[in-house]
Amino acid sequence: MRYLVKRAIILFITVITAVYVTILIANMGGYVDEIVKSEIYLSVSQSVRQNPAYRALNETQIMRLIDEIYNLEIKKIGFDKPFIYRSFIYLKDAISLNLGRALFLASDSGSRSVRIIILERLPNTVLLFTTTQLILFFAGLFFGLFLSRRYGSFLDKMSVLLAPLSSLPGWFYGIFLILVFASLFRLWFGAGLPYGGMVDPTTSPADKLAYALDVLKHMILPVASWLLAYSFINIYVRRTFFLMFSSEDYVELAKAKGLPESIIQRRYILRPTLPPIITDFSLTLIGSWMGAIVTERVFGWPGIGSLFYAASMIFDTPVLVGLVVIYAYLLAATVFMLEIVYAILDPRIKVGGR
Amino acid sequence: MKTMLQLSLKRSFKQLLIYKSAFAGLIIILVLAGISIYTVITIPYEEAIKLWRAGEQHWLDNPRNAFPSWINLFLSKKMPETIALSTKKAQPGVSKAIIPVDGKFSTIRIYFSFNYEYDDFPSEVNLFFEANFTTSAPKLTIYWIKPNGEEITLKSFLISKDDRYYISGDDKLALTLRDSISKKLNKTFGYEAMVQLLLFAQEDESILNPNTAKVMKGKYTLSIDGIAFETGINLDAKLVVYGKVYGWAGTDHLRRDLGIALLWGTPIALSFGVTASVTITLIQIFIGAISAWFGGKTDTLLQRITEIFMILPFLPTLIMISTFYKFNIFVLLLVVIALTIFGGGVKNYRAMFLQIKEFPYVEAARTYGASNLRVVMLYLIPKILPTIIPSMVLSVADFVFLEAALAILGLGDPLAPTWGKIINDAYDRGALYKGLYYWVLEPSIMLAATSLSFAMLGFALDKIFNPKLKEM
Repeated sequence: MRYLVKRAIILFITVITAVYVTILIANMGGYVDEIVKSEIYLSVSQSVRQNPAYRALNETQIMRLIDEIYNLEIKKIGFDKPFIYRSFIYLKDAISLNLGRALFLASDSGSRSVRIIILERLPNTVLLFTTTQLILFFAGLFFGLFLSRRYGSFLDKMSVLLAPLSSLPGWFYGIFLILVFASLFRLWFGAGLPYGGMVDPTTSPADKLAYALDVLKHMILPVASWLLAYSFINIYVRRTFFLMFSSEDYVELAKAKGLPESIIQRRYILRPTLPPIITDFSLTLIGSWMGAIVTERVFGWPGIGSLFYAASMIFDTPVLVGLVVIYAYLLAATVFMLEIVYAILDPRIKVGGR
Repeated sequence: MKTMLQLSLKRSFKQLLIYKSAFAGLIIILVLAGISIYTVITIPYEEAIKLWRAGEQHWLDNPRNAFPSWINLFLSKKMPETIALSTKKAQPGVSKAIIPVDGKFSTIRIYFSFNYEYDDFPSEVNLFFEANFTTSAPKLTIYWIKPNGEEITLKSFLISKDDRYYISGDDKLALTLRDSISKKLNKTFGYEAMVQLLLFAQEDESILNPNTAKVMKGKYTLSIDGIAFETGINLDAKLVVYGKVYGWAGTDHLRRDLGIALLWGTPIALSFGVTASVTITLIQIFIGAISAWFGGKTDTLLQRITEIFMILPFLPTLIMISTFYKFNIFVLLLVVIALTIFGGGVKNYRAMFLQIKEFPYVEAARTYGASNLRVVMLYLIPKILPTIIPSMVLSVADFVFLEAALAILGLGDPLAPTWGKIINDAYDRGALYKGLYYWVLEPSIMLAATSLSFAMLGFALDKIFNPKLKEM
């Protein structure tokens, strides 16, 4: 237990530092300051204009009053203090997930809250890339095991030969898939898969089944592009990994004992190799949520990658910082969960003094 | 020690040639390097940027969105090339006469004739003028004479000193032509036929449908008749019949020759990829070695820093930095390096060094009093260098694509012509919707060739340097 607590604390400090670095980066352009200032100005002017007590004042007087209160407010939150001091205030807000309001972007429901904007987009990304990564994961496991048993066969040699194809990223294959299945198919057959997006604007969300089917249809090309890009290397790496483990002495012993193939695979090969595989899987999964900005842009998928792209194009810093914060939390939480999962999967690791 | 390393490198190189894929990869890399050298020598960087950024003015004689010329080899219908005729050059089919009459006025007569033997219509037809006069502007009338002798008056107007007449953009002319053809055939047009089609088409039933309209092949003449009320004037004209194919690479929406960006993309991609991967790997190894060798507080500190950088999402951070500060490609490279030197690689190398640290030969070095730096640089790092080379070669591909990815997000170097930039332009202009596939395919093929060649080489190297894999 003490070990876990210690790890949690270290991870938390890491997250804090990472977020702080992000804030520093985003601040070098002075953008975060501008956000806060404009936010205060907006709220001050709103409260002054809506206050019945000031209704008798004319426009110049109101403006002067707004400026006065605004300057007071700025002082109150410490904007007269040096940046180093203020940066810690931003850090506190970010860490407590008090993400503030977006400068320009708004959620589909019209909200300006960064948290709502992000939470609205996150499920789309999670849906697309979790599907992809799960398929990749199980395909890798299955074919990896399969090929490691048929070492040297034609299929095995093919997998080795095709592995370099994975040096091209998913979005790159995406462009080709769109070219063939969206563009050329329309030319040849008069109908093709969608160019991009998540649903047709004509599909009504009320009809759940039709909606789901439409989303599925839009998922085909992005998922396929990632499978095309990453399954070869994935299978190759798994196969090599299993091959290395199949030549361990205890596996040889199990074979000599005459244990059935399925038990050898499950108990003697899969079990000890599972922890690193699961680590790899979960880190890749989390990474894909954030690292798929280009894929989401190519396919016009309305996930957090597209959100990040849109936000960076119009300098919407609160959204950018918010995304990085959420990502850092997710990653840290995953790493922490892995520590626990390790303990369950691998009896050789004993956590703490349990 | 050195000779040993050289020997083993020599042996590895020989082994390398055994693998066919590695051989193919090497050849492609050599070709790309050759292209790079050729490009850097023939088109200096400044000139390339100037050409690429010049805007449409510089490329006025090029067609818009033209396919590469070699596409004609695969098509049964021959696509038109651009025909440019200018009175400033001595070209066959061009004649110009400006004759002063009575010392009071001048008559102008310019002919452009050319043979049009293509199966498709031109994409545009423009006429450019450069006139030199003092007070009275010449009045010009422009005629179009088709191969069957039919003469059409295009326009009659007073020109200014630097004038142009976009014939294919003349909607009024299109309307008049459609009317007269409709009357002649006694049938109406089912579509809005463009001027360039009406001027070059056979005037029979086929013209009524854009899919059946046929080119009337033969000799066309454009004649300019003019009169000016002063002597000593000069007029130069240029007729450009824009084709639908251009050069070996085609053009983009700004009439720019894609060839320039394709050529210049090569040295940029190669230098970006190779520099990034070599520098980053070496620095990561160095940090890993320091971390493992010194241990204790240094180790803890370096490991914590590494973990922070691993939690920072790489691509988003890079995007954030490059939107806030528009970088040129070299600064971008530095930022990429700075963001990745504390990457996950450090952890792997540290783990390797922790094992090597206990080897007897390191212990021996320590007993005879080798300094820390000496042990790290001469005993630890050279030991794992060979096993790292494959992943170094493999990661070149990643960095080549990283540059392209940033360009596709509109965040690359704002000036340099790169492959990613072309894809970005093509994507923004809906090249895939419009069927302008060459625009996307050409840079893509270059990208794919580059990264595949490094990947094939890297995989083969992996088998040579990591013998445990070789058996598998």
